[in-house]
Amino acid sequence: MDTDRRTFLALGASCLAAGMMAPVIRVFASAGADAQGASAARRWGMVIDVNKCADGCTACVEACAKENKSPNFGEERINIQWIRKAEVKAKVPGAQARSLPLLCNHCENPPCAYVCPTGATFKRDDGIVLVDKHRCIGCRYCIISCPYNARSLVFKQPDEVEAMGGNPDVPRRGKGVVESCDFCVRRVDAGRQPACVEACAKAGHRALVFGDLRDPGSEAARLVATSRTQTIRGDLGTQPKVHYMGL
Amino acid sequence: MGGIVFNRIEGRSTGFWALLIGLGVVAAIGLWAAYVMDHYGHAITGMNRQVVWGIPHVFAFFLILASAGALNVASLSSVFDQSVYKPIARLSSFLAIVVMAGGLSILVLDLGRPDRLVLTFQYFNFTSIFSLNIFLYTGFWALCFLYLWAMFEDSKRWTRPVGIVAFAWRIILTTGTGSILGFIYAREMIHSALLAPIFIVLSLIVGVAIFILVTLATFRLSGRFLDDRLVIKMKDLLAWFVMAGLYLVVIDNLTRLYYPARQDVVEFLVRSGDPYAPVFWLGQILLGAAIPLFLFFHPKTGQSIRWIAIATGMVIVGAFAQLYVTVIGFQALPLELFPGMEVKSTFYDGRFATYTSTLYEWALGVGMTAMVGVLYLLGIKLFRMVPREVRMEKAL
Repeated sequence: MDTDRRTFLALGASCLAAGMMAPVIRVFASAGADAQGASAARRWGMVIDVNKCADGCTACVEACAKENKSPNFGEERINIQWIRKAEVKAKVPGAQARSLPLLCNHCENPPCAYVCPTGATFKRDDGIVLVDKHRCIGCRYCIISCPYNARSLVFKQPDEVEAMGGNPDVPRRGKGVVESCDFCVRRVDAGRQPACVEACAKAGHRALVFGDLRDPGSEAARLVATSRTQTIRGDLGTQPKVHYMGL
Repeated sequence: MGGIVFNRIEGRSTGFWALLIGLGVVAAIGLWAAYVMDHYGHAITGMNRQVVWGIPHVFAFFLILASAGALNVASLSSVFDQSVYKPIARLSSFLAIVVMAGGLSILVLDLGRPDRLVLTFQYFNFTSIFSLNIFLYTGFWALCFLYLWAMFEDSKRWTRPVGIVAFAWRIILTTGTGSILGFIYAREMIHSALLAPIFIVLSLIVGVAIFILVTLATFRLSGRFLDDRLVIKMKDLLAWFVMAGLYLVVIDNLTRLYYPARQDVVEFLVRSGDPYAPVFWLGQILLGAAIPLFLFFHPKTGQSIRWIAIATGMVIVGAFAQLYVTVIGFQALPLELFPGMEVKSTFYDGRFATYTSTLYEWALGVGMTAMVGVLYLLGIKLFRMVPREVRMEKAL
């Protein structure tokens, strides 16, 4: 029994020690192997002119849901919204409410990516924050850490919704992983605008402007450079790339 | 450990098998709940877009902290040379191992994709405190195994150095666990450097409290002698930890109270939060600290093993309440997207979130805690860990 006991304890300690070493081996083995295809010369961002954003208009929200096949589970508790409309007003009598869209801010210092244990959430070289849905383990730590309430867990398998059709370019959703706005990365990589931006323009408001913030020739960069814009919770140091005008 | 006779418990009585089978059934229900949650998704839990860590996380934090704290008695024995604790040091180390197994099981089974656990070892993000904790938890396990081995071998050469490393490791581990929440700067209620020491002390509280009850039950139910004075000594230790925990919570909240922009957080915790304020006052403060401290220090109840056991049970409930308020409460508070302004949306912005836990979540938490019981019972039946008797004179 004594030998068995020794063997058991030694084996237990050895297995755990080996388990501990696995991530280290992986880190050394994969150093430099995670290069992304996007260009670091670009910095995609958005400028939202609150003065042009119409009360009650949800064109951006609807376009986003259609483009990304966001499921409506019929329960506010678990529904997924990559972009949402909010009403904001000062806490003073008679203050007027402003309507504006809220979405992932694609932070330069994204807390979601910093806390993700597997690196499933990462910032592409061009600044777009993405989730590798095959690497996400569904720990939800990124949702906890996001200051913008911009992330959603897929609470259940949205089969019934997908059966209704939608964008064939969007991969099938699996339950248990976290997702958020990706600036319609497939469209952006194809030289198009995000669905919300297109829908806003189509509705005649042009409140959303998307572009390369590092390209002085882009309208988005020009607006940030020449207008009074502000970011949400810029005081946190996350350096959001969604800028608001007229807030 | 010359002079101390350790042996296995017989484990043949009807009571032993009834307890083992009973705990096994509860553990099986917990695993079934985890399967159902995995199959249907977290939609069947009470969690929602705002409260994404529910009761299972409270259980997980609770057991992980309890595990680190359960090692306290072994540390006192081999690191601080308190030989009086030597007879129960093996139990301390073994309890730490099995309790950690329970905590980590919950954490893993509550993942959205538990089948992808291996990815946490395959891909590693050094900026994530979660990732660092994976090192800390598995390392702690390995150290406890090594520590237990050294104690079994009665190896003075190994016991002390391993004990010292394990002691340091568990302080770092509880710091890491507290920092999972404390580092989150987006959440005013938990973003605090004090959360790490609060978790360290909470670990000492729950670890020692659970160890007292488990040791008492083990000795009483197996008909062995445990000196009352040893229990009273551990009770005194627990009382100091409870006071330290209370002090840290008070100073943490007073710091917030002096910052006008954070007063609403304290107001939520102590007055308006539903059910967080009642749980804070009745669970964390009254049941977890005030009443037990009174019982611990009262000349009559402080010397009664029965009252000590009751007060220790209260401390455990209070610690669970504290974790409930800390882990769920901060998520219920709306994020402050536009400081000083009112916000409303279809996405819970500007609203206090509600969370009603479901039976699946409780079954997972209670089930994996029962699994800890199963492992413990099997451990003391298979290995020589429980001394035939513990007398203070003998130990000293």
